[in-house]
Amino acid sequence: MRLRKGILRRAILSVLTIFNLGLLGIISSISANAAEPLKAAFVYFTNPGDHGWTYAHEMARQEVQKHFGDRVETNYVENVVEGPDSVRVIRELARKGNDIIFTTSFGYMDYTLKVAKEFPNVKFEHISGYKRAPNMATGNVRYYEGRYVQGLVAGMMTKSKKIGYIASFPIPEVIQGINAFGIGLRSVNPEAEVSVIWVNSWYDPVKEADAAKVLIAEGADILAQHTDSPAMLQTAEKAGVYGFGQASDMKNFAPKAQLFSSVNNWAPYYKTKIQQALDGTWNTGDAPGYWAGNIWKGMSDDYLVLSPFENMPADVAAAAAKAAADIKSGANKIFTGPIKDNSGKLRVPAGKTLDDGELFTTLDYYVDGIAGKIPG
Amino acid sequence: MEALILTVLLTSVPLIFAATGELVAERSGVLNLGVEGMMLMGAVSAFAATAILGNPYLGVLAGAVAGAMTAVVFSLFALGLATNQVATGLALTIFGTGLSGLVGAPFVGGTIEGLPNLAIPLLADLPIVGNLLFNHDLMAYLSIGFLGLVGWFLSRTRAGLVLRAVGNSHDSAHALGYPVLLVRFCSVSFGGMMAGLGGAYLPLVLTPHWSEGMTAGRGWIALALVVFASWIPSRILVGALLFGGITIMQLAGQARGWVVPSQMLSMLPYIATIVVLVVISRNREFALRHSPACLGRIFVNSK
Repeated sequence: MRLRKGILRRAILSVLTIFNLGLLGIISSISANAAEPLKAAFVYFTNPGDHGWTYAHEMARQEVQKHFGDRVETNYVENVVEGPDSVRVIRELARKGNDIIFTTSFGYMDYTLKVAKEFPNVKFEHISGYKRAPNMATGNVRYYEGRYVQGLVAGMMTKSKKIGYIASFPIPEVIQGINAFGIGLRSVNPEAEVSVIWVNSWYDPVKEADAAKVLIAEGADILAQHTDSPAMLQTAEKAGVYGFGQASDMKNFAPKAQLFSSVNNWAPYYKTKIQQALDGTWNTGDAPGYWAGNIWKGMSDDYLVLSPFENMPADVAAAAAKAAADIKSGANKIFTGPIKDNSGKLRVPAGKTLDDGELFTTLDYYVDGIAGKIPG
Repeated sequence: MEALILTVLLTSVPLIFAATGELVAERSGVLNLGVEGMMLMGAVSAFAATAILGNPYLGVLAGAVAGAMTAVVFSLFALGLATNQVATGLALTIFGTGLSGLVGAPFVGGTIEGLPNLAIPLLADLPIVGNLLFNHDLMAYLSIGFLGLVGWFLSRTRAGLVLRAVGNSHDSAHALGYPVLLVRFCSVSFGGMMAGLGGAYLPLVLTPHWSEGMTAGRGWIALALVVFASWIPSRILVGALLFGGITIMQLAGQARGWVVPSQMLSMLPYIATIVVLVVISRNREFALRHSPACLGRIFVNSK
């Protein structure tokens, strides 16, 4: 009996052990599933070496990777030409099992939408566009807030009263920026005027440098840009005039010329959306009136950050800091009337502030202080 | 005004280099559409050499060598294996664009000290023209020097005559015992060196950093310029200044508030080229005299 009891006990024990092992196996496989990282992919227009737009996105991607550690696996594809070819890249990323795909340039909009419809289980985030789908969200940054501060600083710093502005394409985002710059400029200097050169490119360093040289030759002593390379600031440095960096801090390229850079800080945006994807709460938040995207934030949420004020007298730096603080607190909404266009016509009556929709639909003019006309 | 003219002059320099080189290759009968690729290889090599060695003059040298080496790749296929020149040239541009991106990857985001201006003593002190003409970097002088040299070589020397003969009728030249493929190899290599120098000018003088694809189509303008100049060296100078001038004028026009669409002005160099092409082809005698008759035609050495 003792023996049989022993066998029985052993049998029970071994069954339990096997069961336990199995259970362990199941548990471990569940936890292994839980440890499977979320795969996030980024599509870049140039390479991170542009030290402007794409560089800012890459900085954010690295921060995301650091922040989430093993829970997220990020990857990116660079130099993806805007246009039909981008479909192949985006589709390949979806096919490879990426859970969330960020396409980081305006020109990817239709192509992202196309792939989003093919892969309903993959989440898509398109930067700077306006088309959405149930699994495609959009997001952008209020760049114009930084440009207001740039305009203010330019107005206080200029001696020739001529400011040069290198612009890329006449789309709402760029026109908002030019006008915010003009409003900031005229708030402190009613005589200064901005000359705009459109280079019809986001990224052509030699042409940007040429445009900068021309503006300087025409008498500009402060330069601003809505193009992506540091070429303008390098030219400014060589010529001994001042300028503002774009999208990321360009101080290293022009230590004596850079007054400050408006830095696009995508990390909070990416962190929020990836956290939502991890939690299962990701959404496209289709609220009405979101012209620039489901998320359109600026300086108050640190989506837009100004690099340290340099190469300027203390009173200018103080005025710039105050302007930045007022924008952050909401005390200064920038596009608040009275706003006149450059022919003197009143466009926004006193007391009225343009809402997000109007910033996209009604700004078809240059404000007072900007010379010329918006091209075609 | 002086600053504007100066900008025009500097903008023309890469075009003068690349177009002069391509002119020599085309006069020998080879159409190399890989100018953009060779320029990019020159640009990245010049930047890399300057960044590593700290001397922009070594950068000039590196740009020239890199451009010539890239042209050798073209020669291996188009001359050695008698592949289609148009396809090979296009492939060379794609190859050069990709390879320069790869080579340049570690240098992205760096800056260099570019070429200094060398004021020519006495002449540089002349009023007005002194600063405009005699206060430039070494490469600006070189570009004009090479252009003059090529003009003299093609029209005044025996070797230049042989080169033109090879371009006009490779079969006759071959029958007379001239080494057609060798002449073409040398011409294409020279063209590559010049394109490399043109590319090197971008990071060494115009904008002191490396960025992928920074030539942004200037290689294609150089190709158009050769046709515009109807294969006559001295007209390269006129064309380059005109093309450079249009580039700058459309920027300056905007700064001054002219209401001409900038896209329209950007088109002008190409429209001018087409007009010149039309004019040339109307005058049959002129076309026969100047455009290399064997341009783009494959020659196989049959012994």
